[in-house]
Amino acid sequence: MFTLFRRVFFAVLLLSASHNLLANNADTQPSLAELSQQLISANYKEKAALAEQIALAEDDQAIVILQALLDSRLYYVKSNGQLLLVDSSGEPDSAQDAFTLQAVTGLGKRDIKKIGVNNSLRVALRSLISRAQISSKHKSQRMAAAQNLLKSSDDIDRAFIDQALQREADNSVAEVLHLVRALMQLKADQTEERIEGLTALDGALYPEVRAGLSEFIRSFSDEEKLSRKNEYQLAQTTLTDIEKLVSINGYIENLYFGLALGAVLLLAAIGLAITFGVMGVINMAHGEMIMLGAYTTYVVQLLMPEHIGLSLVVAVPAAFLVSGLVGVLIERSVIRHLYGRPLETLLATFGISLILQQAVRSIFSPLNREVATPDWMAGTFMINPALELTWNRLYIIIFSLMVLAVLALVLKRTLFGLQMRAVTMNRPMASSMGIKTGWVDALTFGLGSGIAGIAGVALSQLTNVGPNLGQAYIIDSFMVVVFGGVGNLWGTLVGAMTLGVANKIFEPLAGAVLAKIMVLVFIILFIQKRPRGLFALKGRAVDNG
Amino acid sequence: MKKLGLNTLSKATKVLAMTTLAAGISLANAADTIKVGVLHSLSGTMAISETTLKDTVLMMVEEQNKKGGLLGKQLEAVVVDPASNWPLFAEKTRELLEKDKVDVIFGCWTSVSRKSVLPVVEELNGLLFYPVQYEGEESSKNVFYTGAAPNQQAIPAVDYLMNDVGVKRWVLAGTDYVYPRTTNKILESYLKSKGVAAKDIMINYTPFGHSDWQTIVSDIKKFGSAGVKTAVVSTINGDANVPFYKELANQGVSAEDIPVVAFSVGEEELSGFDTKPLVGHLAAWNYFMSADGKENDAFIKQWHSFTKDDKRVTNDPMEATYIGFNMWTKAVEKAGTADVSKVQDAMIGISVPNLTGGMAVMNKNHHLSKPVLIGEIQEDGQFDIVWQTEGVVPGDAWTDYLPESKNLISDWTAPINCGNYNTATKTCGGAVAAE
Repeated sequence: MFTLFRRVFFAVLLLSASHNLLANNADTQPSLAELSQQLISANYKEKAALAEQIALAEDDQAIVILQALLDSRLYYVKSNGQLLLVDSSGEPDSAQDAFTLQAVTGLGKRDIKKIGVNNSLRVALRSLISRAQISSKHKSQRMAAAQNLLKSSDDIDRAFIDQALQREADNSVAEVLHLVRALMQLKADQTEERIEGLTALDGALYPEVRAGLSEFIRSFSDEEKLSRKNEYQLAQTTLTDIEKLVSINGYIENLYFGLALGAVLLLAAIGLAITFGVMGVINMAHGEMIMLGAYTTYVVQLLMPEHIGLSLVVAVPAAFLVSGLVGVLIERSVIRHLYGRPLETLLATFGISLILQQAVRSIFSPLNREVATPDWMAGTFMINPALELTWNRLYIIIFSLMVLAVLALVLKRTLFGLQMRAVTMNRPMASSMGIKTGWVDALTFGLGSGIAGIAGVALSQLTNVGPNLGQAYIIDSFMVVVFGGVGNLWGTLVGAMTLGVANKIFEPLAGAVLAKIMVLVFIILFIQKRPRGLFALKGRAVDNG
Repeated sequence: MKKLGLNTLSKATKVLAMTTLAAGISLANAADTIKVGVLHSLSGTMAISETTLKDTVLMMVEEQNKKGGLLGKQLEAVVVDPASNWPLFAEKTRELLEKDKVDVIFGCWTSVSRKSVLPVVEELNGLLFYPVQYEGEESSKNVFYTGAAPNQQAIPAVDYLMNDVGVKRWVLAGTDYVYPRTTNKILESYLKSKGVAAKDIMINYTPFGHSDWQTIVSDIKKFGSAGVKTAVVSTINGDANVPFYKELANQGVSAEDIPVVAFSVGEEELSGFDTKPLVGHLAAWNYFMSADGKENDAFIKQWHSFTKDDKRVTNDPMEATYIGFNMWTKAVEKAGTADVSKVQDAMIGISVPNLTGGMAVMNKNHHLSKPVLIGEIQEDGQFDIVWQTEGVVPGDAWTDYLPESKNLISDWTAPINCGNYNTATKTCGGAVAAE
C-alpha cells in the first residue's frame, strides 16, 4: 500500500516537473539553434525529447534539420560545435551550415562527427516529420506522411487528423487519413464511434489496419464478448473479410515470386541453352562466365562511380564482351580438342571453373564486392497495400524476356544464326557448303558465354558478387535446360518459368529446403518419362547428338 | 584494379616464400623455434572469412617476434590450406601435428570443421584455439573456445529485444546446419520458459547460400503484422545474408518495423554491400570495431599497417584470435615450456585485455568470460553500440535451457577433469555428448 502511494506521489512529482520544464521553455522560447545545439551532447532519450521541441518551433528549417537527423546527414564540427548538413555520401566537401545553408569548406573527414540516431529515435522522428508533412504541398509527401501516421495513430490528436482531412483535396491521401481516424475511433468510449470506425475499416488492406483490428479483438474480455456481441462480431467479420482479400493477393504475389525466380533461372540458363543445348558441350565453367559478368559490373561501377544507373546500362555490353572473349578463348584453347568426348570436356571445364574462381580470388580478394543498386531499382511498385511488386524483380523479368527475344532473332534472322544451326544439324554438310565450322563453333561458344555474362549483370543486383557466385547457379541452369528440352530456346523459357513457379508453390507448404528437393525429384521422374525434356528436337540433329 | 591484383599476388608469394624459407631453417635447428600452426581455408567458400584470421595470426606472430619471441625462441607460423573441405581439415591437422610438429594450432571456422578436427587433436594431444561463435554443447581437453557460446551472444540478444525493445513475436531464421539448429532449439526453449506462446514463434530454415528470399521475407512481413512487436533472430550464415537483407529492403521491411538481430553478420560481411537499406538492423557480438578504447585503436592501427590497407575492417573472430593468441603466449611463459599438457593447465585462469576494455578470463571449462555487445548497423558499415552487458559473461559449454544438457558441466581441473560431467549422477560421460 505504502509503496503504491510512494509511486503515485513520485509519478505526480515527475509529471509536474516535466510540466514545469515545458512551461519554462514556453516562456523563454529557446531558439531552434539552441535546441539543435543540445542534440550534440544528448543521449537517445534526450534527443527524442529535443526533437519534439524542435518540431514545435515555427521555422521551416526545423523539419529540414529533423529530416537530416533521420537520414544521418546531421553532423557537427568537433572543434566548435557548428551544426552541418552533409549529403548522403558523408563527404565533408558537401557540408553546409545547418541554419544559413552556406557551404563550409576546409573540413577534413576527422574534423566532423555525425549525430547518432537509433531505431526508437528514428520511429519518433518519422512520426514528427509526418505530422509536419501532412500539410505539405506535394502529394507524394502527404501520402507518405499519412501512411506513417497509420503506424503511430496512438499518439496523435483527433483534432489534428480532422483538420488534415478537411484540408486534404486528394482522394487517395484522404482515404488513408480516414483509416487513421477509424483506427483512433476504435479506442473511443462511445459504442457508435467504435462501430463507425469498424465500418470505415472494412476492406482496408494496410497491415496496420489488421494489427489494429487484432488488437481490438484481443481487448475484449469474455464477458464483453457477450455484452458487446454485435461489436465483437462486426470486428471479427471485418477482419476475416480483410484476411480473405489479403490471402487472394498473397496467391498473386506468390505467382509473381515464382515468375521472378523463373526469370533468374531463365537468365542463368539461356547461355547454357546455347553451349550445352545447341553445341552439346557440357560446360561446367558456365557459372564462372556469369561470375565474370558480375565482376565486370563491379569494375564498370568503379570506373564511373557518379553514374550508378548508367553504369548498369554500360555493363551489359561490357559483360557480354568480357565473358564472350573468355568463352572464345576457352573454346579455341581447350574445348575444340575435346569434341565428341563429353567426359573429358566435363572434367576440363570443371578445372577451368576452379582456375577462374581462384583467379578472381587472387585479383579481387576472396571478399564479396559491393555493387550498388540504382535508385530506380529499389523499392516496390504498389498495386494495393497487400500486393507490392519489387521493382528489381520486375526489371529482371522484363530484361530476361528481352535477352531471350534478341537471342531468338539472332538465331533465326541472321546469317550467323543460320550458319550456327547448319553446323549443329549436320557438320560435314555445312563444312562442304563452305562454312568455316571451327570459326562458327568458337563464335557460338562465345555467344553462349557472353549471354551468361549478361546474366551476371542482372544477378549482381540480387545476390553476392563473389568468387562463388557461379557455383550457386550452375546446377539450376543444367536443370532448366535438361527439363526444357536440349537445343530449344522455347523449352528453356517454359522450363525456367515452370520450375520457378513450382518452387514457389512448394516453398510455403514444405519450406525452402524440401521445396528444392521436391523439384529435383520431380525433374528426375519427368526425365524418366521424357528423356529429351519438354520440347524435344526432332530430326537428324537428334540422331547425331 | 591491376595494382590490387599485383599486391595480392606479391603478398601471396611473400607468404609462400616465408613459409618455405622458415620450413628450411626449421629443419636445420628445429629446437630453436616454437611452431604455430594456422589452419584456415585460403580457397573455397570459407576463404571469404578465414583468410582474414590467417592474416591476424601472422600479424600476431610477427609482433611477438619483434618483442623477442617467446622463452627466448622465435615463433614460426606454419600455414596450411584446408580449402573449405571438412575432411581435409582433419588431414591437415594430422599433417601439422605429426609432420610439422606444431606446438599450437589456431584455426577452423564453422562447427563442421571443428568437429572433423576434434578426434585428431584429441588422439595426437594437440592444442587448438577455435575463434568463432558456436552452438556450445561441447568441451574438449584439447580445445580452447575463444568465440562466444550461446549464452554469450544469442541469449543476451534475445533479452535485449524482449526487455528494451518490447518484442513479443519471434522469427527464428537460420541456415540448415548444426549451429543454427542447436541455437534455435536453445532459443525456443528459452523463449517458452519466458512465457512466449508457440504461435508467436516462427522457425524457418534455408539451405546454404540460399538466394531467393522473396517468399520468406513476405511471410515474415505477414507474421509481423499481427499488432505486436516482431523481431527476426537470424542465424543465417555467410553468403546468404546479402540477398536476404536486399530482399528485406526491397519489400520495405525496415528495422523500425521488424528489426533483425544477426549472429553471423559482422563488419567484414557488411563490407561486401551497400548498407544504407540495412541501417538500424542489429548484431550481437563480443566485439565491434567501433568500440572505444586504446587497445582497440592500437589493434586497428597495427592491422592497417600490417595489411597496408587502411580500409580493412576488424571483427569479432579477429578479437577472439587476438585474445586466444595472447592467452597462449602468456600461458607458455607461465609454464616455461610450449609442451601441450603443461600449457593446457597453465591456460586456466589466465586473463588478458579485451579490445573493448576490461579483461577476458579463461575458465575451467575452456570457455572465456567476456562482455556481450549489441550494435545497430550504420550507413558506413560500422555498428553503433546501443547496449552492453554490465561486466563479463562466463561462457557456458552446456546450455541450461535444454533438458539433455541441463545437468552437464565442464571442468578441466582436478578432481573432476571432465568435459561433460553430470552433476546429478556425478559421472563423466566422455568428451562429447550424443547429439
